[in-house]
Amino acid sequence: MKNESQRILIKGGRLIDPKNSIDRVADILLADEQVVRIGSKLTEPADRVMDAAGKIVAPGLIDLHVHFREPGDEEEETIASGSAAAVAGGFTSVVCMPNTTPPVDEATSVEYVHRMGRQARKTFVYVMGAITKERAGKELSEMGLMTQAGAIGFTDDGSGVQDTGVMLRAMKYASIFGRVVAQHCEDRSLGKNGVMNAGYNATVLGLPGMDPLAEELMLWRDIQLVKKTGVRYHAQHISTAGSVNIIRQAKVEGLPVTCEVTPHHLLLTEEAIVDYDTNYKVNPPLRTKKDIESLMQAIADGIIDALATDHAPHLRSEKELEFLTAPCGIAGIECALSLYRKALIDTGVCDWSRMLAMLTFKPAAVLNVAKGSLAVGDRADVVVIDPDAQWTVDAEKFYSKGRNCPYHGWQVKGKVLYTLVAGEVRFEEKE
Amino acid sequence: MSTHSRTGKIQWTRKHLIGINDLSREEIEFILDTAQGFEEFSTRSIKKAPPLRGKVVVNMFFEDSTRTRNSFTLAASRLSADVIEFTEKSSSVSKGETLIDTARNLEAMGVDIVVIRHSAGGAPKLLTRCIHACVVNAGDGYHEHPTQALLDVYTIRQVRGPLDGLRIGIVGDIAHSRVARSDIYAMTKLGAEVTLVGPPTLMPARVQELPVKVSHRLDDVIEKLDVINMLRIQFERLGGNPFPSVREYSRFFGLTVDRMKRAKPNMLVMHPGPMNRGVEIESEVADGPNSVILRQVSNGLAVRMAVLFLVNQAATQETKEK
Repeated sequence: MKNESQRILIKGGRLIDPKNSIDRVADILLADEQVVRIGSKLTEPADRVMDAAGKIVAPGLIDLHVHFREPGDEEEETIASGSAAAVAGGFTSVVCMPNTTPPVDEATSVEYVHRMGRQARKTFVYVMGAITKERAGKELSEMGLMTQAGAIGFTDDGSGVQDTGVMLRAMKYASIFGRVVAQHCEDRSLGKNGVMNAGYNATVLGLPGMDPLAEELMLWRDIQLVKKTGVRYHAQHISTAGSVNIIRQAKVEGLPVTCEVTPHHLLLTEEAIVDYDTNYKVNPPLRTKKDIESLMQAIADGIIDALATDHAPHLRSEKELEFLTAPCGIAGIECALSLYRKALIDTGVCDWSRMLAMLTFKPAAVLNVAKGSLAVGDRADVVVIDPDAQWTVDAEKFYSKGRNCPYHGWQVKGKVLYTLVAGEVRFEEKE
Repeated sequence: MSTHSRTGKIQWTRKHLIGINDLSREEIEFILDTAQGFEEFSTRSIKKAPPLRGKVVVNMFFEDSTRTRNSFTLAASRLSADVIEFTEKSSSVSKGETLIDTARNLEAMGVDIVVIRHSAGGAPKLLTRCIHACVVNAGDGYHEHPTQALLDVYTIRQVRGPLDGLRIGIVGDIAHSRVARSDIYAMTKLGAEVTLVGPPTLMPARVQELPVKVSHRLDDVIEKLDVINMLRIQFERLGGNPFPSVREYSRFFGLTVDRMKRAKPNMLVMHPGPMNRGVEIESEVADGPNSVILRQVSNGLAVRMAVLFLVNQAATQETKEK
C-alpha cells in the first residue's frame, strides 16, 4: 500500500546521478515514492518545495556494512537508533551484519531485523545472513530459507570462514540463490590474538599484531574459489596494499568480485594507537600510510566498488577496558560522508560524482538491487547535501548509541541537509 | 615532562612512570643518581627514612610476581609509606569489575601511588587517564618493565661505569618480553650498543626498526659482548611452539659454560629472573664469577625507592602549584 505521499519539489540543486552520468543543475519532482520529473525550472504544484541552490542532490546513500546490534545487544545500538543515525548520515539503505546475539543464521532472525527496520521507519534495512550456523565456520546455514525471507547476501562478518572446504561448499551452495557471498578476510592461524596491525607500533606497545597476510591470504584463497564456483563474491573492508593488488588482478581476469573500503582505513593509520586509545581498535586493524596510498590509488583507478562504514557501536564501559580486552569497532555512520569528502575530494583522489558512485549505484549493484539512481520512475531515495558546510563532529550528539568515535572533535566539511526515503523526508538538518 | 632548571640540573616533574621510552637520557641518569643516594640504606642499622610518611602505596598485581612485588613493598616501607597489597590473579574483567573501577575504588581509600602489574600492555597508561594518583608500571603485558631496566643499567653502571660504547646482548624471547623493550630504550639512550639474539620466531614485528642489531646465532656475537642479559623463556606466554624443544633452544641460545669460554673474561652475566636453570642459563654460569644476578636484585630496591620518591615529589609539587 502506498503511503499518502507528498509531492516534493527540490529546486535548483546540483543533481548528481552517477549511474546516469548526470551532473548538472536541475529541479526534481518526487511523488508516489518515485521520481516523477526532472528538468529546469519545473513549475508543477508541490506540497513542499525545497530550495537546493548551491547544494548537491543525489541518490540516497547505500551502506553495505553496519552493525545495528539487534537482536541481543540493544544496549549498544538498536535498529531504531542505528536507522536514525543512518538517515542523519544520508544513508537511505543499509546492510546489517549478522554477528548479533544470536547471530542472524536462520529465516526468523532475518524477518525480525526487517520488521524492526520497518518499525523504525528511517532508513531501508537489509540484512545479510550468516554463511555458517552460529557463525562457527563449520556447517552451512539455511541460505535458501534466508534468501526467501529476504536476506540480501551472506557473510560470517566479525570473522572469516577459516576452513577452505567449508567455504568452497558455501560458495557452491549459495550459487543456487544468486545472492552475493561476502567475506571478512582474516586467516586466524596468523596471529589469532592480534589487536592491531603487526607493525612497528605493535612492537613498541607490546601488543600482539595482526599480519596483513592474514587478510590477503584468505582473500586470495577465496578468489581461487570464485574461479571454481563462479559465485558473486564481495570482499568486505579491505585494508592492505596486498589486498588491493589481489582485487585488481581478479578484476583484470573478469571475475565477479567486488570490494568495499571504510573511512577509517582511508584516514587513520596504526600510528594513532600510541596511547592505547581503544577508539582506534578495529578489525581489520588500522594499517600504514603505504596501505592508505594504495587504497586511494585503487579508488582513483575505479577498483573499489563501495565505500562502507562498518559502523560498529560499543558501550563506553566496554571501550574503557584494556586495549587487549576492549572490543573492536568504530561508530561513525553520521559523519561518514564528511569523512569520505575529506579523504577523497579534499585530496583530489576523485570528484563528487566518482565518490557518490561508490555510495549509490555501485553498492546497489553489489547487492543486485535496483537502487542508487535518480532517473524518472526510480525510487525516490534522495539525499540533499551542503557540500561545503563546516561542522565539528560531536559524538555526544549522535543519534547512534555509540560514542566510540575517533573523529570526535574533528572539523569536517559537507553536511547532510535532507534524507528522503521513498519520497518521504526521514531526516532534516535543523540548525 | 622534565625541564632543565637554570643551574643545568634537571627537575623531575613526572608523577607517573609508565615506560623508559618516554624518558630522556638525563631523566634516566637522574633516577640512577637518586637511587645511588638510597643505595647505602640497606647497610644501615635502621633502614627507614621519612619521605613517604603518611602516604599510601598500593601494589596492584594482576599477575604473579615475587621479586618485583616484594621489592616495591620493601622500597615503599623503607620510605615510611603505608602499603596495601592487592592481588587479583584472574583479570578483573572476569570478576565483573573493570580495571578502572578497581583503581577508582582503591583511590577512594586515599591511595597516593599505584604500582601496577598487569598482563595487558597499556593497563598502566589507562590508569593515568582515569585516576589522580601516581602510577608506576611494574610490568604490563609485553610493553614495558621500566624499573627492571633501570636496575639493569644501574647495575651495569655500578660495575662497569658509563654505558657509552658498551656492547650488550639481550638473548631469548624478545617478542614477549617487556624487559627487553625497556632495556633496549634504557641501554641505547645511555649510549650502549644493543644486539638482540634469538630465533626469528621469538622476534617482534619490524624489530629491525628498533635502535638495535639483530642476530639469530649467539655464537656469532658472544665474543664481542661486554654484557649479556639472558631472558627467561616465558613458557606461559608462548603461543604455538616457536622452537622445537628446550634442548634445541639451549643448544643454540643457552648460556653454557662452554660458550662462556669464548666470551670476554669480564663479560657481565645478567638475568631478570626467575631463571630456568639449564634452559637459557647453566647453573655454573648463573652462580659463576661473571654473574651479577643477585646484585641486580639488591639494586632493584634502591632504584624502586628512587622511583617512588620522585613520582611522589612530582605529585606533591603539582598539588602545591594548584
